[in-house]
Amino acid sequence: MATSTDTLGGSSPLAPMLRRRHRRDRGMTWLLSGLMIAIGALLVWILAYVALKGVKAVNWGFLTDTPPGDPAAAGGGFYNGIIGTFEIVGMAVLISVPLGIGCAIYLNQYATGRSAAVLRLVTDVMLGIPTIVTGAFVYALWVIEFGFSGFAGALALALVMVPLIVRATEEMLRLVPRDIREASLALGVTQSRTIMSVLLPTARAGIITGIMLAVARAMGETAPLLLTALGNDLFVETNPGHRMSTLSLQIFGSATGGFVNAQNRAWAGALVLIALVLLLTILARLIARSSAVRR
Amino acid sequence: MILRKTLLAAGALVALLASASVGSARPTTAAASGAAAPVQCSTKLMTLRPHYPDPVKPLAGAASSLSGAGSTLAQPVINMWAKAYSSKGTNVAYQGIGSGGGVSQISAQTVDFGDSDVPMTDAQLAAAKGGPVLHIPLVLGAVAMAYNVKGIKSGLNFDGETIGKMFTGQITKWNDPAIKALNPKANLPDETIAVVHRSDGSGTTGVFTDYLTKTSPSWTSKLGTPGSQGTVVAWPTGIGAKGSDGVTGLIGQTEGSFGYVELQYALAGHLTYGNVKNKKGTFITPCPATSTAAAQKTSFPADMRASLTWKGAALAYPITATTFALVYQNQTDAGKAKAMVNFLTWALTTGQNFPATINYAPMGKILQQRALGQVNKIMLDGKPLVKIPISFEG
Amino acid sequence: MSAASHRAGVRKAQALQQQRLRLGDSVFRAIVAGSAAIVLLAFVATAFFLVRKSWPALSHYGVLSFVGSSRWTPSTAVATTAHPNPYGVLQFVYGTVLTSVIAMLLAVPVAVGLALYITDVAPPRLRKPLAYVVDLFAAVPSVVYGFWGIFALLPVLHPIADHLTSWLGGIPVVGKVFAGPFFGPSYFAAGIVLAIMVLPIVTAICREVFAVAPVAEKEAALALGATRWEMLRISVLKRSTAGIFGASLLGLGRAFGETIAVTMLIGNSVLAITTSIFGQGATMPSVIANEFTEATEPFHLQSLFVVGTLLLLITLVINVLGKLVVSRISETIA
Repeated sequence: MATSTDTLGGSSPLAPMLRRRHRRDRGMTWLLSGLMIAIGALLVWILAYVALKGVKAVNWGFLTDTPPGDPAAAGGGFYNGIIGTFEIVGMAVLISVPLGIGCAIYLNQYATGRSAAVLRLVTDVMLGIPTIVTGAFVYALWVIEFGFSGFAGALALALVMVPLIVRATEEMLRLVPRDIREASLALGVTQSRTIMSVLLPTARAGIITGIMLAVARAMGETAPLLLTALGNDLFVETNPGHRMSTLSLQIFGSATGGFVNAQNRAWAGALVLIALVLLLTILARLIARSSAVRR
Repeated sequence: MILRKTLLAAGALVALLASASVGSARPTTAAASGAAAPVQCSTKLMTLRPHYPDPVKPLAGAASSLSGAGSTLAQPVINMWAKAYSSKGTNVAYQGIGSGGGVSQISAQTVDFGDSDVPMTDAQLAAAKGGPVLHIPLVLGAVAMAYNVKGIKSGLNFDGETIGKMFTGQITKWNDPAIKALNPKANLPDETIAVVHRSDGSGTTGVFTDYLTKTSPSWTSKLGTPGSQGTVVAWPTGIGAKGSDGVTGLIGQTEGSFGYVELQYALAGHLTYGNVKNKKGTFITPCPATSTAAAQKTSFPADMRASLTWKGAALAYPITATTFALVYQNQTDAGKAKAMVNFLTWALTTGQNFPATINYAPMGKILQQRALGQVNKIMLDGKPLVKIPISFEG
Repeated sequence: MSAASHRAGVRKAQALQQQRLRLGDSVFRAIVAGSAAIVLLAFVATAFFLVRKSWPALSHYGVLSFVGSSRWTPSTAVATTAHPNPYGVLQFVYGTVLTSVIAMLLAVPVAVGLALYITDVAPPRLRKPLAYVVDLFAAVPSVVYGFWGIFALLPVLHPIADHLTSWLGGIPVVGKVFAGPFFGPSYFAAGIVLAIMVLPIVTAICREVFAVAPVAEKEAALALGATRWEMLRISVLKRSTAGIFGASLLGLGRAFGETIAVTMLIGNSVLAITTSIFGQGATMPSVIANEFTEATEPFHLQSLFVVGTLLLLITLVINVLGKLVVSRISETIA
């Protein structure tokens, strides 16, 4: 097509205009490509900056030690935060995964008409609730009664994760071909068995992907934990009834201070956190690619 | 093992800081105006480690963890204590969320103890959910006036009115005549002052504004009464930062900045800081010795709620703070109550050897005995837990 | 045992099993309905608790007095008097809107460009990987953005801001917006980091919107001799304006609620509305993050809950609007 207009344009009085149009087309292509490259470079800048700063400070001791009592002192690590992150997010998974999948099954299989519309709207709207507001809610609901604790933090993170899981699961259930479900029901299998042994396994990869992305999101959260888990800067705490630290809280606490050593620990923490989150994100994508049902 | 590591680290730090303060503070003090006495901070570190005898055996059956939160001014010292004390079987989880936070969290009973650099007000005491609250002084600190001005080292001189005018926005340039008058020899640049203050409820703010209220008419007339003083005030200008470390970071990164922060933060963050004129008219360098001087002649009331700013002693640093542990007099959890008494007693005796190593001042004998007297008042279900022998003579 | 009784026994067993299965079915149904109810309840409870906790302050000071003032001075609060209300929140609304507007002004054009490039311009083999690359921006935690912003971005922004001030500072009205000095933490810095943070979500929705542009129409445009850019403009961009608007709204909802990175970069000044984008301020989330655990003054905590309630309300409205716009687009086209 391009060649035909070129040969036409050679003799036509419209040639200058055509040339202008093509110049413009090429210009826009270049502009958009340039934009893409610039944004890619920005991502590289962010990741490389954190990686370079973090690599210098990350070592075995960072992963196995707690911070020194004096924030200005060198050495130590975020072992307590790493443990806290895994435990709090783990508890949040235990709460949010059954709840989210159950809610999605109800939405997809049982809810009809208005109730489905309301439930769908609510889960969508929950996705948009600022996480700091979720933290304030858990403070009012739980912390005022029982004090700051890792469990309160897990509650807040679970609330952040639930709508993500509901949405991912429901989307995947919707993609399971009707035929499979109807075949199962026609064989006399009950609805609950059909869901548990036909629908969920078919959609499994997609659901796991959704859960992993929700976990990645929860791992990086700081704001709701500030009002719920509060932090436990120096000690490893595994009792969920007590205050706990997480990587994100420790990075926040150490990053803005004027202490070079604390900042170095925070950079190392940022690197570990980003690595964890990216790992989960990339794994999730790989699992999604191997899925039986795909978007 | 951990304890030894901490002590080693602390020792190394002391050496470092001692050399830093000698290297930077003293020569420039002389260069700036010569008003500050060079002997102010010469007290030997050894004399600042009181070796108070530990008077009682720890109570058995103490809980394995305590939850505390509050002042960031005191955080380095409390964390240092907590690290060292964890070998005794109790982890003291302390979070520096600001003195305001210490007060509100102990009031709401979401922590076992709070910590504040300013005493609770009568209204706050009345609102506390768990009954009467004890104020237990733990350590003394100096609020340093830190700045980041091109070419200027530590040792600029300030007085209350000048600081007040900078914080109200009436003085906006570093080469303002008022600052020049206090520092005739300094080569002050034509640079805009970036005032840095706390954005959270802060005891450091409380102490600093208490000092301004006593010394700066410009400040009080701009902010009014009672608004000129408190853990949160209506800053007319400036950039806010969360926590003492936040202020330290912001001053370090912002050219032309000026702010207030506990001395240890200023030193550890490699900030430059100035001398402040005291009641006797002397420009005083903040350091443990000048903080102790401020506490020496202060008379504390029975409930210990007193301010240490603007004291009359010759070498008293005018913006000196004491930090108070806030503890409910009537405890209901035996394990926690015992752990609290054990930890506080330890901090007030053996623990007093630590502060000077990170530029806080240990409490003098009188104040220390008074503080132990407060610990005696802690009760479990209405019964006293310990009877520490107190000598009030000093 | 006779054959008849055997058959009866089998029938009975079958009936029993059927019953058990049906029972299992209804138990299962009850469980999933229960979890749906809990999710619903969590949402209702969030709204309920926020309103309940803010109610004492609202009834003490009056609802309107909060949005009628831009001074937040907890230290002057007196429990007994309601006037004047020391907890004005207008400057937080302003800070939230200003940082988000800066973010959207920067992010939306970039996102539209990226989405166009990924859906229609890039070599087909690269399209999916490129989409992943943009998505990776969403994987960087907020606290890391704030940290990176302070140390990597602020030094870069410094000369830019100084140039803007010297170029535009003299112009009457515009000059106020770009008035210096630039100290670092500012609306501007917070807005730029927000722009990076909302980029992946806006790009992803734009991609979805562009992807549903009818292929037939695109091919028709090309067949009629349109260049690729003309085709994109006529058959993709023109009919996607509503979708881009919806995507922007959803991005805006995200920007409004962003907390930690903004808290680290906005300068946390709670007192007044600063017209210059290089000035310091606070947003609704940042003031909650800063003051929540340390609210000591009368009605302080309750007033922070008022801020939270307001934030919830605003984000809900924006998100529902955005959702409606986007879903209507995909419905009408598909």
